[in-house]
Amino acid sequence: MSNLVSPPTQPETAAAPAPPANHSKPAAADEGPAFDIRGFSLWYGARQALDGVTIRVPARRVTAIIGPSGCGKSTFLRALNRMHELTPGTRIAGSLLFFGEDLYAPAVDPVVVRRRVGMVFQKSNPFPTMSIEENVLVGLRLNGVRDRAFLQGRLEESLRMAALWEEVKDHLKRPGISLSGGQQQRLCIARALAVQPEVLLMDEPCSALDPLATAKIEELIQQLRERFTVVIVTHNMQQAARCSDRTAFFYLGKLVEFDDTRRVFTTPSNPQTEAYVSGRFG
Amino acid sequence: MELAPTFLPSPARQSWRRWLSRGVTALMGLSALAVITPLFLVLYFLIREGASSLDWNFFTQLPKPAGEPGGGMANAIVGTLELLGMAASVGVPIGVMGGVYLAEYGSARANYWLRFAADVLNGVPSIVWGMVVYALLVVPFKTFSAYAGGVALGLMMIPLVMRTTEEVLVLVPQSYREAGLALGIARWKIITVIVIKTALKGIVTGVLIALARVAGETAPLLFTALGNNFWNHNLGEPIAALPLQIFAYAISPYDDWHRQAWAGALVLMLLILGCNVIVRFFSRERR
Repeated sequence: MSNLVSPPTQPETAAAPAPPANHSKPAAADEGPAFDIRGFSLWYGARQALDGVTIRVPARRVTAIIGPSGCGKSTFLRALNRMHELTPGTRIAGSLLFFGEDLYAPAVDPVVVRRRVGMVFQKSNPFPTMSIEENVLVGLRLNGVRDRAFLQGRLEESLRMAALWEEVKDHLKRPGISLSGGQQQRLCIARALAVQPEVLLMDEPCSALDPLATAKIEELIQQLRERFTVVIVTHNMQQAARCSDRTAFFYLGKLVEFDDTRRVFTTPSNPQTEAYVSGRFG
Repeated sequence: MELAPTFLPSPARQSWRRWLSRGVTALMGLSALAVITPLFLVLYFLIREGASSLDWNFFTQLPKPAGEPGGGMANAIVGTLELLGMAASVGVPIGVMGGVYLAEYGSARANYWLRFAADVLNGVPSIVWGMVVYALLVVPFKTFSAYAGGVALGLMMIPLVMRTTEEVLVLVPQSYREAGLALGIARWKIITVIVIKTALKGIVTGVLIALARVAGETAPLLFTALGNNFWNHNLGEPIAALPLQIFAYAISPYDDWHRQAWAGALVLMLLILGCNVIVRFFSRERR
């Protein structure tokens, strides 16, 4: 029953190129949440980073996570694809269901989880030994996809989705790190999209970018919401207000408020949220 | 805006500081000179004494019996290269994999002891390596052999290669590993295809440094490769090596052999120098 315990990859060969594999499920409104999280806590050694978080992250929507530094928002994001396990000595409690499956069940392979839940990091990190093309396709190639035509198609598709195709199509063989900062970040997004995850986690993807590059990425997020579930951590509240459907406010490891973005920023129900979004603290 | 005079040292004090500064700078310059002088002295003497005996025969001929003029060290040059090849095939895979373990997999506790062991091994006198391999490979097989020499040099390379590999792998930013993991790539593939590839130049540099280090070793070969005045046709038998040949010729009573020993030393030195130049080349290209 579980898609998460299946062998690491079913290389999506040329047979099924056009519609993304994850769209086999109908995108109905009653699809259920992408993540159904109940009483989720997380410790780094003795220090508790998340405390009883209960939240239903909707599918095919953009969810923004805001809160002051150290409030646990990055930790929360990394728990969604088990990236936090790279830090030794972490411990969790509570349940975290991903489209109805327990993400932390003993039989679940974190490698498979991360194929379905991709991630873009704060600092762009294209692989320095690889060209633009190799960077985009590395996730597919290392998972055993060989079909040339399929790879070529996915390359263009991913770069187009990341709004980078027009800028790089004539020099795909150049090193990925030869691009500008904003382009590098979009390259990383293309790389994450190329394996066609169902969810894209973004950890402050624009914090190192200038306003123009930021605008491009925000526009991109708007387009991604049609096909992907996006969860974005941001320090920039205008950004959260501009590009998200729902906003979650974290404070001291707890989820304080989770609601429609408009309501969080105009009529929050919690005074702490109001103080934070109006810039009175944090 | 203008500094209160009380904060300024007196003119006498300032002049003393300037002189002190010049003095210390000069002292450091002299120390730096003392570092590079021996290199040039070594090269100078090797060239002065050895260059005249370097001719085509030296690279193509076998040693001649004592008293007979001419002859060369062709077998020793080839022997050294063969020994280095065998040493690399022992030392590089084990050293690199050990380094990968240290950098990527080992627990802090295991790593502490592994590093400790590697550092101790780095300091083991090379003649001890020769004795160990003598006991392990020469005595049981009842013959000195090229294999034993290669293994002795290879064992010496392992801790060197392991530590340099670890050091360059640790320099690869964690964000590359995270990026790979976030794409759902298995960890071993990330390490082999992304991390090692990123650090490849550093690893190659470490291997070349280790090779240069063992290329000139004599002691571990005395009990293992033994030396040979003829071509080695079977790696299970003794083999000639430049350091051994230099040693044998240098302690002989013949002037002709002394000159050949100088020439051999020059060739060995140039080999190691060449290794280091290649290392420079590799490490310069790095970013």
